Amino acid sequence: MRTMINNGDGETAVSAKRFSLNFFLRWEWLLVALIIVVVIVNSQLSPYFLNTRNMMRATSDFMEMGLMMLPMAYIIITGNIDLSVASIMAMCASLLGYLHIQGVNIWVAAIAAILLGVLGGTLNGFLIARVKLPALVVTLGTYAFFRGIAYGLLGDQAATGYPSSFTFLGQGTLGAIRFPFSAVLFIFFAIIFGLVLHKTIFGRYLYAIGNSEEAARYAGVAVGRTKMSIFMLSGFMSALAGIVIAARFGSTRPDVGTGLELSVITATVLGGINILGGSGTMIGAILALILIGLMRFGMGLVNVQGQVQSIAIGLLLIFSILLPNLAQQLSRRSIQIRRSTVLSTATMLVLLGFFIWFFFWSRAAILSQ
Amino acid sequence: MSEQNPMMQMRDISKSFGGVHALNHVQMEVYAGEVHALLGENGAGKSTLIKTMTGVYQPDSGEIYLHGELIRFAGPRDAQQHGIGAIYQEPSLFPDLDIAENIMAGRQPMRNGRIDWRSMHREARNVLQQLGVGLDPRIKARNLSVAQQQTVEIARALSLNAKLLIMDEPTSSLTLTEVEELFRIIRQLRDTGTAIIFISHRLEELFAVADRVTILRDGQYVGTREMSGVQTEDLIQMMVGRQIDELFPKQEAAIGETLLEVADLTVSGKFENVTFSLRAGEILGLAGLIGAGRTDVARSLFGIQPAQSGTIKVNGHAVTIRSPQQAMELGLGFVPEDRQHHGLVLPMSIADNITLPILPRYATAGWVREQETKRVAAAAAKKLEVKSAGITQKAKELSGGNQQKVVLAKWLETGPRILILDEPTRGIDVGTKAAVHQLMSDLASQGVAILMISSELPEILGMSDRILVMREGHITGEFMRAEATQEKLMAAATASATAVATAQGEEN
Repeated sequence: MRTMINNGDGETAVSAKRFSLNFFLRWEWLLVALIIVVVIVNSQLSPYFLNTRNMMRATSDFMEMGLMMLPMAYIIITGNIDLSVASIMAMCASLLGYLHIQGVNIWVAAIAAILLGVLGGTLNGFLIARVKLPALVVTLGTYAFFRGIAYGLLGDQAATGYPSSFTFLGQGTLGAIRFPFSAVLFIFFAIIFGLVLHKTIFGRYLYAIGNSEEAARYAGVAVGRTKMSIFMLSGFMSALAGIVIAARFGSTRPDVGTGLELSVITATVLGGINILGGSGTMIGAILALILIGLMRFGMGLVNVQGQVQSIAIGLLLIFSILLPNLAQQLSRRSIQIRRSTVLSTATMLVLLGFFIWFFFWSRAAILSQ
Repeated sequence: MSEQNPMMQMRDISKSFGGVHALNHVQMEVYAGEVHALLGENGAGKSTLIKTMTGVYQPDSGEIYLHGELIRFAGPRDAQQHGIGAIYQEPSLFPDLDIAENIMAGRQPMRNGRIDWRSMHREARNVLQQLGVGLDPRIKARNLSVAQQQTVEIARALSLNAKLLIMDEPTSSLTLTEVEELFRIIRQLRDTGTAIIFISHRLEELFAVADRVTILRDGQYVGTREMSGVQTEDLIQMMVGRQIDELFPKQEAAIGETLLEVADLTVSGKFENVTFSLRAGEILGLAGLIGAGRTDVARSLFGIQPAQSGTIKVNGHAVTIRSPQQAMELGLGFVPEDRQHHGLVLPMSIADNITLPILPRYATAGWVREQETKRVAAAAAKKLEVKSAGITQKAKELSGGNQQKVVLAKWLETGPRILILDEPTRGIDVGTKAAVHQLMSDLASQGVAILMISSELPEILGMSDRILVMREGHITGEFMRAEATQEKLMAAATASATAVATAQGEEN
């Protein structure tokens, strides 16, 4: 808005006003507000919620998800999807365990696991960017394929007995507040992924591809190469997540992290990244990860069952798709509010009611004990 | 046939879309038992007129009489029930259903609540036999050739009791023998009293099959003639006979060395053996009808659809162009025809669109120097007088003309030496159009070589130093500015090679 061309018809003032309104209607602020609500509600419900050590321990539970969410944000921004991340994670963790059982040095095994992850991502990328198959189908296939390899490597056994220098990656903490090492890893990568997305050519290309792949191609963007590289990146980060999760558990089973890819996608979409591609920020995705983490942590503290936790997060996700529509229509400040707006608002209110009801219903049993 | 009353009569039909007159007081009369050709350039209003007849559009004003009665079609279905059938260029059958099911789709004979397959196949066979076609009605549509699929569509229209059959460029994807077979069917239908409206850009076909012809130009009715009383030249004259009344500011530019040489370029199914050269400061017009392969040539030069064979030389060096990035490195720029899907990333800002191809120039180790890109984009937008609320405004919020200016600004910033413009002024207002023409002239004076694809003959004639004409994937004519006329270009774009030779021969 600074370098504005004033064509002298007063549009300037209007757009400036719209800009500030849009700024406060940003999705990220809503996530911040939700985080504050969740913190307040949870701290009222459980005295253990605001305990730093508890919170730090809970944090490490979400770091694998976070590591995989960073490239997922890139992939969804380009209008693609990667359903195979958790399977790649399990495959790489299983290779690590397998090699460890075979007596290979753990760090050599870790490097092999990373290479396998990149290879898996390359397979996805090749089929999507070069053979031009739809990402949903390709990664649905490799989702089963990579998980199958994990079982092939370890069978039904679990690999255990990792050296403590290795388990530090998942269990180690720093300082008096016991800040998890895996969180340091996540913050490091989050900063890099965020900067690349918002400050570099590569990031601009991701948005351009997500908004119009054809127009990006006509503008000289190497669409194929870009898509290839984000899937390779996803393979790399999934392998890293596999190493972290093996280190955190101190053991590896081939069924590790089953279904985690859906949580990763949920966090990304809840973070305001458009599932159809083209928009969203890294900050939003990270805030959504924090929100989901705090909700699950809080509900876990008051013994809400996992299924009910999932219901709450599922509702929140539907919420997250409905709300921007409303915000957009409000920001247009149209006097004539469309019928669909009224309908979606009503739906949202009903959902909100359900949400609150679930929240307290699920606690009622515990509170009455 | 003239002693009867017309089967269908359209009087004073007008239809406009957003202020543009697609049809302006058009009339047409069709009699039972005649093949009536409808002729006109791209955008003359043929499609709109047909859609009015088939109930897809309602005319803004004017009347349609069917068998002497005033009628107003509520929709395509209504028109169909009144005996009007239409066959389009691309058949639209259900590929996995067999011929009989396609013919009888939506009104399968039933018995005891189930489809009566036996009588369905019998009926289908009867209709096909009426047409003198020996197709087995049990063959799946997927396994038929385009010509056979068309036959099935005709059979379907007949089984719906079509009395008026409209055929929109049915021959465009048929071989010569298939065309002959189609003509046989058309003549047979005509002899049994069906009225047929036939559209084709191939004039020789009209002479072969049509009894009369109605000509449209710029949405206006030009006239109706007996085919037996007209010559090819008369038809072309009637199609294009307008005055070049727009102002084209073509300045004489010094024509320099050859920048682009293309020889025998081929993409199979799109175009073949395309050979031409382009020089610095030259504007080379590429004329032809829609679907002649002009856009495909441009896409191929820009690496979007790489050529399968042939050579491209840029600055005298042989090159292969397999991606837009390579094309850009060689100094090519491409303003595509479809600015909504190819020219612009609509949800992105003006600034992001303008700087998208040149980001590497304003980046250090991949890191975009944002202030600099904003400055560059603002300057580029200002230079082309893009009217907007600022360079952060989204491209989708701009008018067509301003969007086109953003596309042009984007490509000018890349500093192209060879600029390909595909329909650079389509759908934009007159003022912007003049600005674009002025810009092209300026660029040519600066030594940029321009290849301009346009379906508007006045634009081609007004702006080009030299003109190539394409027809069905081949270059069928080349004219210098001084010798080119609308008639010659139209002849090369529509008629067979002999007609072109005749038209050219007359000049000499």
